[in-house]
Amino acid sequence: MHPSSWLEVNDIGLYCKPGDFYIDPMNVVHTALITHGHADHARAGHHTVYASRETLAIMQTRYGEDMADTQSEIELGCGLQFNDVTVTFFPAGHILGSTQILIEYAGYRVVVSGDYKRRHDPTCPPFEVVPCDIFISEATFGLPVFTHPPIENEINKLLHSVRVFPNRCHLVGAYALGKCQRVILALRDAGYSKPIYLHGAQLKLCDLYQQFDIDLGELIPVSEVKDKTELEGEIVIAPPSALADRWSRSLPNVRTVMASGWMQIRARAKQRNVELPLIISDHCDWPELLQTIKEVSPKEVWVTHGREDALMYQAQKMGFKARALSLVGYDEDEQGGS
Amino acid sequence: MEAFSHLLEQLYYTAGTNAKAQLIRDYIATAPDPDRGWAIAAMAGTLRFDFFKRNTVKKLITSRIDPELFAMSYDYVGEVSETVAHLWPEYTPIKPLPTLSCIVDDFASTSKQKVSATLASYLSMMTPPQRWALLKLGTRGLRVGVSARSIKQILADYGNKDVKEIETLWHAVKPPYIDLLQWLEGKVDKPDIKNAVTFHPVMLSHPIETKDIDGFSPNTWQIEHKYDGIRVQLAVNTQKVEPEKALYSRTGDDISHAFPDLLECVTGNMVLDGELLVIHNAKCIQDGMQTPEVDTFNALQQRLNKKKPTKALLESLPVGLIVYDILSLNGESLTACSLRTRRNKLERWLSLAAIPRLFLSPTLRADSPDALRELHKTVCEDRAVEGLMVKRRESTYTPGRPKGQWFKWKRDALTVDAVMMYAQRGHGKRSSFYSDYTFGAWEGDQLLPIGKAYSGFTDEELKKLDNWVRRNAVGRFGPVREVKKALVLEVAFDAVHPSNRHKSGVALRFPRIHRIRWDKPATEADTLDTIKELIEH
Ligand SMILES: [Zn+2]
Ligand SMILES: [Zn+2]
Repeated sequence: MHPSSWLEVNDIGLYCKPGDFYIDPMNVVHTALITHGHADHARAGHHTVYASRETLAIMQTRYGEDMADTQSEIELGCGLQFNDVTVTFFPAGHILGSTQILIEYAGYRVVVSGDYKRRHDPTCPPFEVVPCDIFISEATFGLPVFTHPPIENEINKLLHSVRVFPNRCHLVGAYALGKCQRVILALRDAGYSKPIYLHGAQLKLCDLYQQFDIDLGELIPVSEVKDKTELEGEIVIAPPSALADRWSRSLPNVRTVMASGWMQIRARAKQRNVELPLIISDHCDWPELLQTIKEVSPKEVWVTHGREDALMYQAQKMGFKARALSLVGYDEDEQGGS
Repeated sequence: MEAFSHLLEQLYYTAGTNAKAQLIRDYIATAPDPDRGWAIAAMAGTLRFDFFKRNTVKKLITSRIDPELFAMSYDYVGEVSETVAHLWPEYTPIKPLPTLSCIVDDFASTSKQKVSATLASYLSMMTPPQRWALLKLGTRGLRVGVSARSIKQILADYGNKDVKEIETLWHAVKPPYIDLLQWLEGKVDKPDIKNAVTFHPVMLSHPIETKDIDGFSPNTWQIEHKYDGIRVQLAVNTQKVEPEKALYSRTGDDISHAFPDLLECVTGNMVLDGELLVIHNAKCIQDGMQTPEVDTFNALQQRLNKKKPTKALLESLPVGLIVYDILSLNGESLTACSLRTRRNKLERWLSLAAIPRLFLSPTLRADSPDALRELHKTVCEDRAVEGLMVKRRESTYTPGRPKGQWFKWKRDALTVDAVMMYAQRGHGKRSSFYSDYTFGAWEGDQLLPIGKAYSGFTDEELKKLDNWVRRNAVGRFGPVREVKKALVLEVAFDAVHPSNRHKSGVALRFPRIHRIRWDKPATEADTLDTIKELIEH
């Protein structure tokens, strides 16, 4: 039986009928399989949640210990049975704990990528190519204009700016989960050993990363700095929403920096009044999306989560069957990892 | 090229005039000649030629990138240069890149057939931001949020000079401005421009306000028609060994080539400020005091569109100049004189010189604020006139827009209720918004497009309009979205002209969104016939 008859998209999300479970549902359901901890994938209040140990920990940190009645930790690469359906989680390389999900039923193999990237990320194992019949790919940066430069380049831009403007507080907008820690680690790799200052919203998740033995170096909450003028010449990381709000006005002589794949497009950076855009993404860029489709080499590509048109068009050109899958709840500006 | 591209990047992302000025000053201080002069020309918009055409860029990219993917990318990015900069598939870095002046020289000397290959080779050695800089530079589309006026101010500050000195020199010196920059640095003497025929920056007016009308007194002010042509400056010196004549637009573009009929017949040594119009009795003039038989702006438009007018066109649509000011006469600058004095000199000179195609702009009379209002009303009944100019008789000729000196009193704008038909993404800051709207009027039960507007709304309204477009899109043609014919826009405009470029047969002058009629059903929008009745004859 072709998966289009037993995998359906409804108002809640992607539903597997024979296994009676949802993947990354947007509303409360009985059984939810969660690919990763970003808010557009992981919501609170499900009855039973299956996810990686790290993802469960992230959800607990965000939504509290009782974020679901039953919390089942999966093991990567080990099959789980839901009626006649076998489900296996594989690493996705997107953020700490991120996974793809392989669904096997009626002789078909379907892989739900969640979000993924192919670049090195010290916080998670690399994306694994899982052969399948149908590959459901995200397309956040699914346009050929998106090619992400190496993260080292972008971090050098930031360090260069700190040298050139030693009196300005460099306020970096970066999502609290994934991006923030990746920026910190890349700064450490580049030899930046000074304390890094954090907005309150970044603290809990950075603590969690440290509990998973990811060494982020010395981090200081901005709230603990009495004399804010001490932050001149320092690097402060805050959620993007804080760049323009009242909180940022307490900082001295701010230079606004933003770390996101969207920063490649001038107008988008300008819209947010960003003075120093850093193109740092936790998603695939266009060449990596194509590379992945080639490597996975499925019979069909279902495209979701972003700019479906171009990736579908390209996949068809490459000889794959392709269709768009419009999932609810996706919002490129709100979502965590872009 | 690296330094120039770096400067543009920083300017793009830096907010605030002072910070931008600082960046440019630093660049001028560190970049060598002639690079920095070309950079100034690019930012001030004084480059004289396109390095390559936009179409060349499009052809290059579509031969390398799937056109569908290009269209989708362009639709998202909203701007061709940036789209191409990102999509360009070849990259073999060369360090250092050729200098800015090398690149300028290269394009200036490359034959037409080779432009495309030259451009391709440059693009292939550059990073996306550098490509963007080159594409913007080469198509003269650079907007860095610094006006030509600020560039002059920055140069003045750089050399510790008064900006007025730069203003007077500006149109006599040419890119790459080596003599100018070296003078600013105290290395050479001030460039000598005494005998050069040059553009003098023009004096502009403010819209008149009620308090200005109430404060009107007949002896203080000079009243004239506001003509519906284009403001030009005619600079002539036929008294020197190599006679020179030039006609400039109000921004200083040399438009002489398009108006040989006017230039042919003028002699003398003077700079005149006036309105260029199609005037049917232009040639038969005795002393400049005749009444000109003025045609519409639409007639003039046909001349403006032709860089090299045919004989037939010169015959059927002859141009003339209605002169309203004189800036210099026989080598003597008059800009420091009062308008009263200049006007006297102009009248005397024009009646004696009796140059064909030059008419004196007549002055009008009003004895009180009420009489002025009455006069405005009467004048505006004539659709060939745009309104009134009210100028202080004691005003010296001061470039820019000095306060309280000259006023324009335009005819009230016309409005029409039209229906939005298509929307397109804007540019720059607006490139993620649908901000350019094509609207139409009813003919029977069919809507025909009558114009396009992209201004007149607030940022808040823009967001609402953008949202409406996204929710009501019914089709797509490249970057253009067709929308449900349901939203009424009240469009303001200055005039209607017949047009054979539009299926509707009309074209609006300066259309802008006046109000968004969320409340009005599309069926109640105006018909084409209503609009045709407003055509000026
Ligand atoms: Zn996502
Ligand atoms: Zn994600």
